[in-house]
Amino acid sequence: MTSSAPVDPTDEAAVEAVAAAAVAAIQGAASLDALAAVRRDHAGDKSPLALANRAIAGLDPHDKAAAGRRVGDARARVGAAAAEREAVLRAERDRAVLATERIDVTLPTDRYPTGGRHPIRAIMDRICDVFTAMGWSVAEGPEVEAEWLNFDALNFPPDHPAREMQDTLYVASRTDGYDAGYDAARGDAGSPTAARAGSGLVLRTHTSPVQIRAMLERTPPIYVICPGRVFRDDALDATHTPVFHQVEGLAVDRGLTMEHLKGTLDHLARAMFGPDSKTRLRPSFFPFTEPSAEMDVYFPDKKGGPGWVEWGGCGMVDPNVLVACGLDPAEYTGFAFGMGIERTLQFRNSVPDMRDMIEGDVRFTAAFSSEI
Amino acid sequence: MRAPLEWIREYADVPAGLTVAEIVDAYTRVGLEVEAVHTVPETVGALIVGRVLEIEELTEFKKPIRFTRVDLGPGNGPDGGDAPRGIISGAPNFAVGDAAIVALPGTVLPGGFEIAARKTYGHISDGMICSARELGIGEDHDGIVVLDRDAPIGSDARPLIGAGGDNGAVIEFSITPDRGYALSIRGLARELAAAFDGAYTDPADRPLREARQGRDVQILDTTRCARFVALEATGVDPAAPSPWRIRRRLTAAGIRSISLAVDVTNYVMIEFGHPLHAFDAAKLDGGIVVRRAAAGETLRTLDGVDRALSDDDVVVADRARALSIAGVMGGEESEISPTTTDVVIEAASWDPPSISRTVRRHRLPSEAARRYERAVDPAISAIAAEAAGDLLVRYGGGTLGGRTDAGASPQPAPVAMLASEPARLAGRYFSPETIVHRLTQVGCRVVDRVVDQAGDGAADRAATGAGRVFDVTPPSWRPDLTRPADLVEEIARLEGYDSIIPILPAAPAGTGLTAAQRRRRRVATDLAAAGLTEVLSFPFIGAADLDAFGFPVDDVRRSAVRLANPLDVDRPLMATTLLPALAATALRNLSRGARDLALFEIGQVVRPDPGAPAAPALGVDARPAAADLERLFAAVPSQPMHVAVIATGRWERAGWWGPGRPAEAADVFGLARRIGEVCGVPVTLESAEYAPWHPGRCAAIRAGGEIVGHAGELHPAVVERGGLPARTLALELDLSALGMPAPPVPPAVSPFPPVHLDVALVVGSAVDAGAVTAALRAGGGEMVESVRLFDVYTGDQIPEGKKSLAFSLLVRAADRTLTAAEATAVRDAAIAAAARRTGAELRT
Repeated sequence: MTSSAPVDPTDEAAVEAVAAAAVAAIQGAASLDALAAVRRDHAGDKSPLALANRAIAGLDPHDKAAAGRRVGDARARVGAAAAEREAVLRAERDRAVLATERIDVTLPTDRYPTGGRHPIRAIMDRICDVFTAMGWSVAEGPEVEAEWLNFDALNFPPDHPAREMQDTLYVASRTDGYDAGYDAARGDAGSPTAARAGSGLVLRTHTSPVQIRAMLERTPPIYVICPGRVFRDDALDATHTPVFHQVEGLAVDRGLTMEHLKGTLDHLARAMFGPDSKTRLRPSFFPFTEPSAEMDVYFPDKKGGPGWVEWGGCGMVDPNVLVACGLDPAEYTGFAFGMGIERTLQFRNSVPDMRDMIEGDVRFTAAFSSEI
Repeated sequence: MRAPLEWIREYADVPAGLTVAEIVDAYTRVGLEVEAVHTVPETVGALIVGRVLEIEELTEFKKPIRFTRVDLGPGNGPDGGDAPRGIISGAPNFAVGDAAIVALPGTVLPGGFEIAARKTYGHISDGMICSARELGIGEDHDGIVVLDRDAPIGSDARPLIGAGGDNGAVIEFSITPDRGYALSIRGLARELAAAFDGAYTDPADRPLREARQGRDVQILDTTRCARFVALEATGVDPAAPSPWRIRRRLTAAGIRSISLAVDVTNYVMIEFGHPLHAFDAAKLDGGIVVRRAAAGETLRTLDGVDRALSDDDVVVADRARALSIAGVMGGEESEISPTTTDVVIEAASWDPPSISRTVRRHRLPSEAARRYERAVDPAISAIAAEAAGDLLVRYGGGTLGGRTDAGASPQPAPVAMLASEPARLAGRYFSPETIVHRLTQVGCRVVDRVVDQAGDGAADRAATGAGRVFDVTPPSWRPDLTRPADLVEEIARLEGYDSIIPILPAAPAGTGLTAAQRRRRRVATDLAAAGLTEVLSFPFIGAADLDAFGFPVDDVRRSAVRLANPLDVDRPLMATTLLPALAATALRNLSRGARDLALFEIGQVVRPDPGAPAAPALGVDARPAAADLERLFAAVPSQPMHVAVIATGRWERAGWWGPGRPAEAADVFGLARRIGEVCGVPVTLESAEYAPWHPGRCAAIRAGGEIVGHAGELHPAVVERGGLPARTLALELDLSALGMPAPPVPPAVSPFPPVHLDVALVVGSAVDAGAVTAALRAGGGEMVESVRLFDVYTGDQIPEGKKSLAFSLLVRAADRTLTAAEATAVRDAAIAAAARRTGAELRT
């Protein structure tokens, strides 16, 4: 549209006509470029409304107010129409352009392999976290351990059948090759009995020697959780492995009773198996506790329906153990407990074959996320 | 321990309506673990006691076959009549007049075996005479079940074999080592009665008859043998069979019936828990001597094995030679034979540790030894012998003769227990009445007394338990009860552990994981985040591994702790490095089809110290002396915590984004630096030659001046010997050797703009980039904020034997904007240092 005759700002019909023509042109603009041209013609400096606006200055003072309102109102309507049309046209343009930039969001992203922590370690960390949250500390110790710490101090008499409960892997005596370098020609290092007399070292059969170390190195109150790898001379099958992991706990303080043992186990059960979980104790025997108990856990998500599962052993620290560590059983009492981690993982996560936990197949570990 | 329920119930008066399940629950509640319950499987149809009237031996067949006529009582004959039935049997072990169990046609035996009248071996067999296996009551199939001759002919045989109903149930217990007394009907009945607060009858509570002194018994080692009873029986019929009741109960208990004399000793062992041994008196040369075996002495035991005895073994001997290994197994020469008429029954008390050692030394577990290793009641030796003797003469005829009772039963020491002790350990209150009741129930004698320790009228406080003491004398069968804690367990378990209320104890406030524990977790989490998978391998290696990894003869990793009884004879050593086991795990994954692998493991390795002291033998009566403990800890080899990585295949996968990239040494070098970073300990890499790595592609990892590990590509020979993919990468680092850093202090962050300068230097191709970088940094001084190598070039534009390294230097001052001249001066100083230290020349 080209500029036409100037519009008289006092001529209401003329102002309205110009404004209506502008709005119509704006609404007819098919593109952002066309809209820009229409705006220039109808709302630019030389547009009829702009000229009319300028002409107001020359009017009679008593006409100025009405004309000003009239022209201002018309310009506002035109401006609003332009803004509205621009928003519509921009949205149309964006739709068209961004559509061409579409990508396939389902393309694979596995450029770098996904790693993972072993679920056994993850579950041990989780248990330790439950206890550190209560103020306990995490104690650890060596896997090749002194027999005195693994057995004697734990109230296993030298020739008692209790030692046979835990088929032990013994370290050969030095003369049989210990620390002397490997001699391929040397055959069987001899009978376990001979070795026992020789080296005084075993592969720890439980993490309990860490408890002894804790009692020897710390002073009560002692609250420690002992995670670690242990060894038994056992055949490998779907539910047993000769190398496995345990978490044990030990508390030695004044006034501890079986009530505290039960309370601690119940708390752990809830942390590991949900708020409806709990534990129950069955009288049993361990050399290092008296009274002793087997512990079952109530597992609400048990395969085949909620129920009790054997989980571990526990009891009040045997007075002989306290004495061997220099603690007065009349002053201190303590409780201890322990459970196998492979077994825990097996029933908690429905792992049919324990061998999967030790063979290191990456497909097994990949099934677990870092939070177990 | 397998125990027939009806036998237990003979001595435990518990409610008649109890189911087996309820009884098992009760046993579990008081602490006896039930492994299994065995019941006699069901037979459907007529199972009748019959008497063999005639036996016709049929000899024309390959094996001996008998055609019998069996009286089955009124109405059980053919067509419901009274006549005997004709039945074919292949069993040799019965005679005319014997009673046996017959399944009539139409009867279905366990396993779905239906009996029908059928023609066989030329006769109609009108039923079947059953073996123990066919009835489901044992494994014996060599002959039929022969009942006592006075068995009720014509009646249902089920009650005789325990079929139908719970009374035939056999409970299999797993008895813990402290409860030797429970390896007996006597002990199990006591527990069952206590669990239901029912009446208990002690089978061993019987009078002992007067007897004349028997043959001479000399105990030469009284610490190994506290008491030895020898009871003689003469004129016994060697052919007399054991009564069915004894055979049935022994079979149910898992013990084979052998002969009357042997069966009665086993029967009493199961019932009383006191092992006995029967000697053929005719084979004994004079009196009995209990002594240590002489070194070099031999004995053929009942199982036919010649055993070389140790001077730590105890034997029962006569004047001439050893007769049996005491408490473990009898000798073949003096055993009961089919002609034995005079018997000496031994009932002795042996030292448990001595028995344990003998069992282990000769790998000779036995029912007797299992009991002697734990606890056998020494007070009932004479009674047990007489109980067996009574059964022997009752069923085999003859008379009991002299009895010698050498040594004495030790008297259990009383245990003083404060009335408050049960609550101190169990947490809950037990009334004095409950304490006395429960301790009496397990067989203790309890004397209640009040001690006035405080001197302030203890009698007043006695009612509340304070100042009240029980003097508890444990029974002779409970040597495990020696301390108040042992008594508390008895009270608590019989009252029920369920009665203890859980309370969460408040530990003192803690500080969480240690720095080393946090570090180990961070390293594991970070390696997992970097795409590596954590594995847990068995920590065992063997000579083949050490050789395959090419460790030199003097390599510290060849000095390993050896196991005396390894799980795998080819891997008897404790791992000194994580790599062999990690490589084996990698191979397992590869064999299962994996191609791209990046594995890591964090674990202890064992590094023995040749100078370590031997582990001292320490007592347990008190805390060992400080010096002894120090020696004990020093005897344990050092076990540093290592982290190791094996990677092969592609580090980056191929995909729609483009080609993948194989894992290369730089990737494990990057991991080494990454581990250093998450540990807060910067590490530097330097070229190294170290097995099992490629000599030109191995980096020593240095932290704080120490070499803490190595990384790089494995030696091609190692890869080949190990069957690993070419260019497999490895890293191993001692996490324990990384020091704990001081808290980091950040640099002053300058707000002034930096100057970026690029420098290309030409150096000899053997010069490591790390050295040039370090020289630039040192020469440039503190205004050099970073030095980054961005290109390495060799080619036409560079002289032969040289390479060009392009660096980007970021130069910045802390307090001003640098002028161009200042920046250039820094650059020139950096280049000068590089030239001086590495022979670098500015590339033109």
